[in-house]
Amino acid sequence: MKIHKYDTVIVGAGGAGMRAAIEATKRSRTAVLTKLYPTRSHTGAAQGGMAAALANVEEDNWEWHTFDTVKGGDYLVDQDAAEILAKEAIDAVLDLEKMGLPFGRTPNGDIDQRRFGGHSRNHGEAPVRRACYSGDRTGHMILQTLYQNCIKEGVEFFNEFYVLDQLIVEVDGVKKSAGVVAYELATGEIHIFQAKAVVYASGGTGKFFKVTSNAHTLTGDGQAACYRRGLPLEDMEFFQFHPTGIWRMGILLTEGARGEGGILRNKDGERFMEKYAPVMKDLASRDVVSRSIYTEIREGRGCGPEGDHVYLDLTHLPPEQLDAKLPDITEFARTYLGIEPYTDPIPIQPTAHYAMGGIPTNVEGEVLSDNTTVVPGLYAAGEVACVSVHGANRLGTNSLLDINVFGRRAGIAAAEYSHQHDYIELPENPESMVVAQIENLRNSTGTERVADVRRELQETMDANVMVFRTEQTIKTAVEKIAELRERYKNVSIQDKGKRFNTDLLEAIELGNLLELAEVMAVSALARKESRGGHYREDYPNRDDVNFMRHTMAYREVGEDGSETVRLDYKPVVTTRYQPMERKY
Amino acid sequence: MATPVLDKVEAESAASPYITVTFRIRRFNPEISDAVVWEDFQVEIDPKERVLDGLHKIKWDLDGTLTFRRSCAHGICGSDAMRINGKNRLACKTLIKDLNPEKPITVEPIKGLTVLKDLVVDMEPFFQAYRDVMPFLITKGNEPTRERKQSPEDRERYDDTTKCILCAACTSSCPVFWNDGQYFGPAAIVNAHRFIFDSRDEGGEQRLEILNDKDGVWRCRTTFNCTDACPRGIEITKAIQEVKRALITRRF
Repeated sequence: MKIHKYDTVIVGAGGAGMRAAIEATKRSRTAVLTKLYPTRSHTGAAQGGMAAALANVEEDNWEWHTFDTVKGGDYLVDQDAAEILAKEAIDAVLDLEKMGLPFGRTPNGDIDQRRFGGHSRNHGEAPVRRACYSGDRTGHMILQTLYQNCIKEGVEFFNEFYVLDQLIVEVDGVKKSAGVVAYELATGEIHIFQAKAVVYASGGTGKFFKVTSNAHTLTGDGQAACYRRGLPLEDMEFFQFHPTGIWRMGILLTEGARGEGGILRNKDGERFMEKYAPVMKDLASRDVVSRSIYTEIREGRGCGPEGDHVYLDLTHLPPEQLDAKLPDITEFARTYLGIEPYTDPIPIQPTAHYAMGGIPTNVEGEVLSDNTTVVPGLYAAGEVACVSVHGANRLGTNSLLDINVFGRRAGIAAAEYSHQHDYIELPENPESMVVAQIENLRNSTGTERVADVRRELQETMDANVMVFRTEQTIKTAVEKIAELRERYKNVSIQDKGKRFNTDLLEAIELGNLLELAEVMAVSALARKESRGGHYREDYPNRDDVNFMRHTMAYREVGEDGSETVRLDYKPVVTTRYQPMERKY
Repeated sequence: MATPVLDKVEAESAASPYITVTFRIRRFNPEISDAVVWEDFQVEIDPKERVLDGLHKIKWDLDGTLTFRRSCAHGICGSDAMRINGKNRLACKTLIKDLNPEKPITVEPIKGLTVLKDLVVDMEPFFQAYRDVMPFLITKGNEPTRERKQSPEDRERYDDTTKCILCAACTSSCPVFWNDGQYFGPAAIVNAHRFIFDSRDEGGEQRLEILNDKDGVWRCRTTFNCTDACPRGIEITKAIQEVKRALITRRF
């Protein structure tokens, strides 16, 4: 075991982690611990754009952007945070440009902008061009640009270090962060990183679904590490299903395709979104479009012999436009489906995409241990966190924005905190929980296989807590997850070695997914209303009287060692917008 | 009613799309033995699936010790460059049907980098070469208040080389790199090109001097292996030639 000491430790090297690292490294001695090489992070898979009211191509302002974000999130958004997001968006884009990001340009050399779902002129009048983009690989360019600037700033990376535990110490009755415990994949060695400040930026949890746009590695590691140490998780029932995943595979096809003029069609060739969202049509918010697609499928208007998908039609767009603006996604269609998007529509279905919920933070990125109390020295940003700027449904292009705005804020706040405070003494045997976890898995003679348990988890999640939910389906999921968690105790691995043991890694990841799936399902069961990405067929309306509040889920351990999820609620911050009916 | 599940009907369809394919994989685990062995695995797979799906079937159902890197599974993260049937490719972007499934599909680690275990290589020398070309925007003078201007034509000039995902398929397909690990390799030159030809950048001279080194661009023998290997379709050899030309003419 090795012990390291850093002022600031950042967990994760996607967009939020690297944006935080650039700021923290300028101000404090910083280490970035990352499960993957930095450029492998899933920020790179984001395609369409990053929203900011630059008003480069038409009239726009941050207040319209704030409103769209609040409305898009079905009024579960904390409005003070949304206002910061929209205001700081402009500098966030300009900062990236100055770092070298190759944005698409207008004829006079400004950053070009395009339309995206839910972004509108003057509070919903018509779509507005707000998304700054780089072809259909905006996330790739953000990830590369941030990594390049990390090199420039001399950021210190620990690549393929997997953080497994968050060290929390109670000092005078206050829970404080003392550091993290990490597992080095190459050697199997355990490392303690004592740090004055820790920033989680470790991404989402999408891999508990089967059809998902998420990478294999998105297993909620940061959320699980904090949750297990008694910290709450906020709004975990809210998960976004992106309307246009490649049929059966779930690979993302950007909303930018519809921003460029692409149209969704059912088996009769009908542009069905006109029925569900007369103004915004195909560019309504993602939850609305995903539900509309499944409504078409259920009512027998789906495409293909099994009627289980609809089409994304780009055939009316000039091939030059597709080549210039959407080269990657058209290539995905060719590679994975053997379809030529110039001439044939692309079969799509909604795909599990983004966790709106996560580790609760305030607008400085400080993690909360309840509705109001800050955990000194602990920060989170990006998809792992819940500020909450996305509420019940995130708008497209707001996540690339979120990682830049709140990654930057968390990096600055963490470094400033580490300047003003000293190290917290490490607990006795800080590695003990991780050692026990690893040894249990390595020595297990159980009969269950990781792949089987994971497959069954993903199947039950897809079947029961996806776009449409009812009390009955969610209960089915809760029971199944409980069964799988029991079976997980009997999981064994074949690779008993220390070197690059990805067999062990996958087993640990599965443990995280199971725990978070349970939180999600239990949170969803209790929310007896429909809001944003959480749609209950048995409660199809939004219920602002009883449920305009954030869910806060806590892990409770009984005296017999049994685990349960305890739910509490937190008020939504409302400043200028009162809830209204949501129409697109 | 729950969300429609797609797989229900699949089982009923008469003709199974699955075929049996042999994967022949180069195995190496110094924790157990210094010897390299080739191991065969039989896998039931739909030809429309990816080589990565085959590797997962092996790891998940047959042999959990098989070790490889992967993440996004659709050709954007650059984790799973491998030598498949003797050619560098991404396992997640290579469909079984595009290989010859009648014969065993050979999978081995990319060449020229130290193998750590099975298909995992030490990427550090590769990233070091990348860092050495100063892959970041270098500018002089004060920053403008708003964005720097760039015409669509100037933006287009370096578009191709911005696509790089640092998977190392190009560099590890280069015979010069195999023989001399000191050579910067195609990926580093591609990323230098991305900045040298960016109209906003003012560090071109510095980067060109770095690449004028004995281990720089002049080592390239234009074998086009890199261009063939690139999963992003970057015209790498052309980019290297443009850097060579810029070194001679000092115009870029």
